[in-house]
Amino acid sequence: MDLNFLDFERPIAELEAKIDELRYVGNDNDLNISEEIQRLQTKSQQLTEQIFASLSAWQISQLARHPQRPYTLDYIEGIFSEFEELHGDRAFADDAAIVGGVARLNGRPVMVIGHQKGRDTKEKLKRNFGMPRPEGYRKAKRLMEMAERFKMPVLTFIDTPGAYPGVGAEERGQSEAIARNLAVMSKLRVPVLCTVIGEGGSGGALAIGVGDRLLMLDYSTYAVISPEGCASILWKSAERASDAAEAMGITAKRLYALGLVDEIVPEPLGGAHRDYQAMFENLRDRLVEHLDAVGALSNEALLDERYRRLMAFGSFRE
Amino acid sequence: MSWFQKLMPSRIRTEGGNRSRSVPEGLWTKCESCSAVLYRPELERSMEVCPKCGYHMRIYARRRLEWFLDANSGREIGAGVEPVDTLKFRDTRKYKDRLGQAAKTTGEKDALVVMRGALKGMPLVAAAFEYRFIGGSMGSVVGERFVRGVNTALEERAPMVCFAASGGARMQEALLSLMQMAKTSAALSRLSDAGLPFISVLTDPTTGGVSASLGMLGDINVAEPGALIGFAGPRVIEQTVRETLPEGFQRSEFLLDHGAVDMIVDRREMRDRMARVIAMMTQRPSPEVKRLA
Repeated sequence: MDLNFLDFERPIAELEAKIDELRYVGNDNDLNISEEIQRLQTKSQQLTEQIFASLSAWQISQLARHPQRPYTLDYIEGIFSEFEELHGDRAFADDAAIVGGVARLNGRPVMVIGHQKGRDTKEKLKRNFGMPRPEGYRKAKRLMEMAERFKMPVLTFIDTPGAYPGVGAEERGQSEAIARNLAVMSKLRVPVLCTVIGEGGSGGALAIGVGDRLLMLDYSTYAVISPEGCASILWKSAERASDAAEAMGITAKRLYALGLVDEIVPEPLGGAHRDYQAMFENLRDRLVEHLDAVGALSNEALLDERYRRLMAFGSFRE
Repeated sequence: MSWFQKLMPSRIRTEGGNRSRSVPEGLWTKCESCSAVLYRPELERSMEVCPKCGYHMRIYARRRLEWFLDANSGREIGAGVEPVDTLKFRDTRKYKDRLGQAAKTTGEKDALVVMRGALKGMPLVAAAFEYRFIGGSMGSVVGERFVRGVNTALEERAPMVCFAASGGARMQEALLSLMQMAKTSAALSRLSDAGLPFISVLTDPTTGGVSASLGMLGDINVAEPGALIGFAGPRVIEQTVRETLPEGFQRSEFLLDHGAVDMIVDRREMRDRMARVIAMMTQRPSPEVKRLA
């Protein structure tokens, strides 16, 4: 069983395995099987298109957490140049669950900040599975305020299960760290672009997610609580996560329809993890375009526009 | 007072009057903390604080504001803002039904009551969360009413006080409720830029999205004694770290020790002490002096 394929990707995985097998056989024999390989490849692509055309919210949330999905540092490497990572909150520690630093986007100096998950066990632990502690948010705030001083736009990448619910995090003021960032980002005097690249886990995501534009990758999710968490509270059983995912409407399409997201960034066929390069190019283009648009605004117009945007959130009658 | 009355413990000592206000649960009630049997009218007089052990009971939002503001000074803001079920959310019950049920038991349309009023003659805006309304959770209506409160404060150049009591963001409104954290925080930063004080009073319990937004953004953060205040709920933390949490973890006193709140204030002194602080922050003469004059 290939762990790099999700349950619903299994038929594709089987076809791909068959293609590999045929290739192997083909090298040994004189038999002409390239036609057969071609046929299977077309079939594999059709199958992928078919499966990905009707993904459920729960399947998308599994894709958003795919172990091979590109993480923040991958995007930084693939989209920006001259990245210099900056560490620490200057008060307590450096939280590896949030990375940040200066870099160039198309030659333009910017501040990049994002949640960072780990690939192998050791790195996962170091990154705390992408769940920041207060010092992570305070580092982010420090970098954003620095960006403001030096007139650098801020680009954030959101990918976290949520802020870390631990004893130390509570002692050091997890709530305050998140709240402060919301207030600070709402009036940062430089353009702020936020992109959900994987999991948008509640307040822990929003704490670097207040800005002038909110973009979501096609197979990313954004929710007030994880589907499992919601299911265990409302259905009293984490098994009902797929129902919760559906009910909360955590996908880019649903949130776009609700007017909470400005744009959905398309992913390559089969998801970002199947073709990093194509994903980077898609996202780079979108970021550059949005940055040009908000960058053209005066400071005052930028802040007014952002404030209007924030105040428009909500749905009620009167 | 006779020697016999002095000997009698306060919890059974009674004073006349006020008996006309009928209390449906009966005349006697038990303190959840020390189990003392308390006489209801007396408990009301001590603002639902156990006269025996000082335990602060949870109270209704309207009662809170009624006790905090000068008599008959309160005028509600945003009462006409009412919830809608945009997502057609349904878990084991429909969100619409939950809203209806909550409205029936509380008499409120949503979990936040906002009023402009006066505290010892000083105009201000005061908000209070209704915990009985779906756990005081913050959805679109709570966010909108809060922001209207802030806007009134800005227009009238008045300070704002908020009494929080909430489990966090409202799951049934999904991302719409998460965005209320950003909305309320952004509004508060305007209040701050305008040089108007915001005092956040955290009461039992305040967790999740409310504590991680407007709750912790006070120029002064105040806590009532013994309140549970935190980001994650204690059960979630226990499941994550897999150990039992120390006694008093995430209680007001713990927050004071760790520098998250400025002061712990007994409910019975709330009016006096908030008035004193607000008078200083708004360059007014001391309210105590004014009263003597």
